[in-house]
Amino acid sequence: MNRDGHRLTLLLLPAGIFFGAFFLLPLAQLFHIGLTGKEGWGAYTAILTDRNYFSSLLSTLGLAAITTVVTLMVSGLAGVFLQRNRFPGNGALVAMLTFPLAFPGVVIGFMVIMLAGRQGLIGDISRFLTGDKIVFAYSMAGLFMGYVYFSIPRTILTVMAAAEKLDPKLEEAARSLGASTWHVVVDVIIPGLKPAFISAGAICFATAMGAFGTAFTLATRINVLPMVIYTEFTLEANIAMAAALSFVLGAVTWVVLAVARTAAGSTVAAAG
Amino acid sequence: MKRGPAFYAQLGFTLFVCAFLIAPVILSILAGVTVNYQSGVQSGFTLRWVYAVWDGYRDTIFLSIGISLACLAGTLILGIPAAYALAKRQNAFSRALEELLVMPVAVPGLATALALIVTYGGVGGFRTSWVFILVGHILFTLPFMVRSVLAVLSAIDLKTLEEGAASLGATFWQRFFHVVLPNCRGGILAGSLMVVTLSMGEFNMTWLLHTPLTKTLPVGLADAYASLRLEIGSAYTLVFFLMIVPLLVALQWLGQARPTKFVAEDE
Repeated sequence: MNRDGHRLTLLLLPAGIFFGAFFLLPLAQLFHIGLTGKEGWGAYTAILTDRNYFSSLLSTLGLAAITTVVTLMVSGLAGVFLQRNRFPGNGALVAMLTFPLAFPGVVIGFMVIMLAGRQGLIGDISRFLTGDKIVFAYSMAGLFMGYVYFSIPRTILTVMAAAEKLDPKLEEAARSLGASTWHVVVDVIIPGLKPAFISAGAICFATAMGAFGTAFTLATRINVLPMVIYTEFTLEANIAMAAALSFVLGAVTWVVLAVARTAAGSTVAAAG
Repeated sequence: MKRGPAFYAQLGFTLFVCAFLIAPVILSILAGVTVNYQSGVQSGFTLRWVYAVWDGYRDTIFLSIGISLACLAGTLILGIPAAYALAKRQNAFSRALEELLVMPVAVPGLATALALIVTYGGVGGFRTSWVFILVGHILFTLPFMVRSVLAVLSAIDLKTLEEGAASLGATFWQRFFHVVLPNCRGGILAGSLMVVTLSMGEFNMTWLLHTPLTKTLPVGLADAYASLRLEIGSAYTLVFFLMIVPLLVALQWLGQARPTKFVAEDE
């Protein structure tokens, strides 16, 4: 049996070597490069001490937080509804809600342009209704819309799976004891879905923190961390700062996911 | 079941969310085959933009297909043995490794790409070849293959199956190839579809890893969105949809056949 143990180690080895050479070593190198700038360790604290970096950190955190809250509300409502009510076309609606799962960020950005851009649907509708053409794709609002767009498909399946496991008897019991619909939602359904909300929310948050393609398509002027890192790297050629900032960004997202995993008691992975 | 106003309010809301997700897809497909999107579909339909994309960006399509298949091969070779070993050994080391394998998904692609560049950017032939992009894609997709196979391996009674085979005299490798592999076919298939789909659409890393000679489809898309007219961007997006929709449909069909979810799954 011990020989089998060696063989199992052997099976793990290729993935382990690949991972060490192309992920762990580069991350260590990234951390090291972050120290080589004229700021030294300062590059790592600059995100807190430099006004510009700090403001983009705040706007990135804020955007990710709002995206998470809105997405969870939307996915919670639609997901529980679709899980609870079976009607013709139910499956088609679920398919539509999960369809954009594999769209890259750039395509999501383009979808936002189709909706809220200069030739977009929202502009056409608003011009028809009020005479004013509403265009907000190329701003923080457009980015927010894009983030909600790609977060819904990532969360709805988790919420639906959790809703399936909710025991309807608990709700019946609450109702029979005189609880209103609102109380049933707040005191029975939401607590029951909490683990799913935490793990799905963590995915949302982490993805929104690190998403780059959508912002890149919409405008380079949007002040979120991934865009700042990209600008530092390409335009300013400040590789040390770009390295430090992306190391911090990676650490923040990883910590968020790790904390959520502990809280939700299940494995959480982001996609895209 | 009674269907009160609450039902219809929720149905309306759900339909609105669906419209939010699907309307821009339909609009962009329309724009890709419309003569002039600004003046509407009345201006007539054309395949001119699709041809323009084919002429200008054909290479990106083939490169993306090539990389996603190579990525699939890589994740199969690295991922399946790793998943098997992880399923068999549940100790602190395997837990840590499992945790580590998911990291490239949690860490933003931009950071991973920068890390690869500062480490291997100086290796000339490697930096400029498509293999550089492939390495990033394998890092990012490997967790999906491992988890998908691992999910199947933890669902079946691996121990009994293997003991049965061993008692009949099967060696370690015979068991691996003739008992374990056939049993996790479903997980391998689902993982493969996920890997190819993700690799085809990966942008965050690829944008930094690519060179002018190694442009993938999403990189070309970003190019087209930034510099060309809306119709060409749309036609290009249409081509992308045509490539990934069959994969997505297959994934959903598989997902319905087996209740496994690929984004966030409970263990």
